[in-house]
Amino acid sequence: MADFKFDLVSPERRLAALDATEVQIPGADGDMTAMADHAPTITTLRPGILSVTHAKGTDDYFVSGGFAEITGNAVSVLAEKALPKGDVTREYMDGLIADADAAFEAAKQSGQGVDEADMVRNTLVDAMRAVGV
Amino acid sequence: MPNLKDLKNRIESVKSTRKITKAMQMVAAAKLRRAQDAAEMSRPYTERFNAVMAGLAAAAGGEGAPKLLSGTGSDQVHLLVVMTAERGLCGGFNGNIAKLARSHAAELKAQGKTVKVLTVGKKGRDAIRRDLEDSFVGHVDLSEVKRVGYDNAQDIARDVLNRFDAGEFDVATIFYAKFQNVVTQIPTAQQIIPFSVPEGTEADEGTLYDYEPSEEAILADLLPRGVATAIFSALLENGASEQGARMSAMDNATRNAGEMIDKLTIEFNRSRQAVITNELIEIISGAEAL
Repeated sequence: MADFKFDLVSPERRLAALDATEVQIPGADGDMTAMADHAPTITTLRPGILSVTHAKGTDDYFVSGGFAEITGNAVSVLAEKALPKGDVTREYMDGLIADADAAFEAAKQSGQGVDEADMVRNTLVDAMRAVGV
Repeated sequence: MPNLKDLKNRIESVKSTRKITKAMQMVAAAKLRRAQDAAEMSRPYTERFNAVMAGLAAAAGGEGAPKLLSGTGSDQVHLLVVMTAERGLCGGFNGNIAKLARSHAAELKAQGKTVKVLTVGKKGRDAIRRDLEDSFVGHVDLSEVKRVGYDNAQDIARDVLNRFDAGEFDVATIFYAKFQNVVTQIPTAQQIIPFSVPEGTEADEGTLYDYEPSEEAILADLLPRGVATAIFSALLENGASEQGARMSAMDNATRNAGEMIDKLTIEFNRSRQAVITNELIEIISGAEAL
């Protein structure tokens, strides 16, 4: 299987830069898997599990949002918050969900973007289940 | 003639000052390395982000573009976000940023525009408040923050975006010092709202992307993040600049203290010699009188 360059960066650090064969991305409209020679695509992310398959196995990361840029020979994921799946703790997720709850309440007050805030909250809860903490 | 004891005390006091400035310089050097690493780490994200944004912005410009990209249609009210350090003793670092912001504000006022100032960092607030008290709209306190993280940038960005949504201003500019090297930090003004592609960004042109969900949705999602990203990289640049400026300021202070000690020591030795000579003269003339 052909390899392509995979980058996972967050504003604070670069989490991964390696040759991958397959990347499963939690896109805003649903999961998608990118392989070599994928059509150039830019997609936003929802909170979820990003899973990278490379020669030595599979790595899973939790990403909280951001976007992914896919070209024929490279995939760059720019995540706002990203952690290796094993490092995610219950407290960390609870903190994120508490933030999302606060944003939801704020949205309810202002009456703007209530559905979006609700969706963020729900996808976070789904992501927490997927991480299994 | 200065008293010998006074001189000795002064030498001691300058010596302890030198010890302190030397220690501060070394602390700043260690912190500088960390700050530079942090700035280095954030670079891949910022570069990719700006490249994608540049492509998107070029494609989506024109009618119906989000306000964060195309502006509100006027540029009457300007928000200046002045980012400085929480602490002083770093040479001209805080002063230079404040000076740039002040001259910028004066220019805008001369054109009849309204200026609002939001400060990040205590030193900038103190300096700006004196001259632009009536334009001052808010302050972000980072004195409790040990290491600046993306969350801090997001909080500031949220504050700025809320003000923008409430129609409080049309154009936002951030002021910070770009880190060149330990001796040079360049005070910089960068417009963040409406979004402008930072200089030196190469857009990937020629690639036609598919957008999911849609170009507009992605742009609407990314523009607020762009504000946070710009603020975050400015905070990191500022962090490195502050430590660099402090390091060279303390290096100078240490050197000055050394020179002062040398000078005082010479004076001390001369005075002591004078005292000895005086005593000898007294003894000899006493002996001759016998």
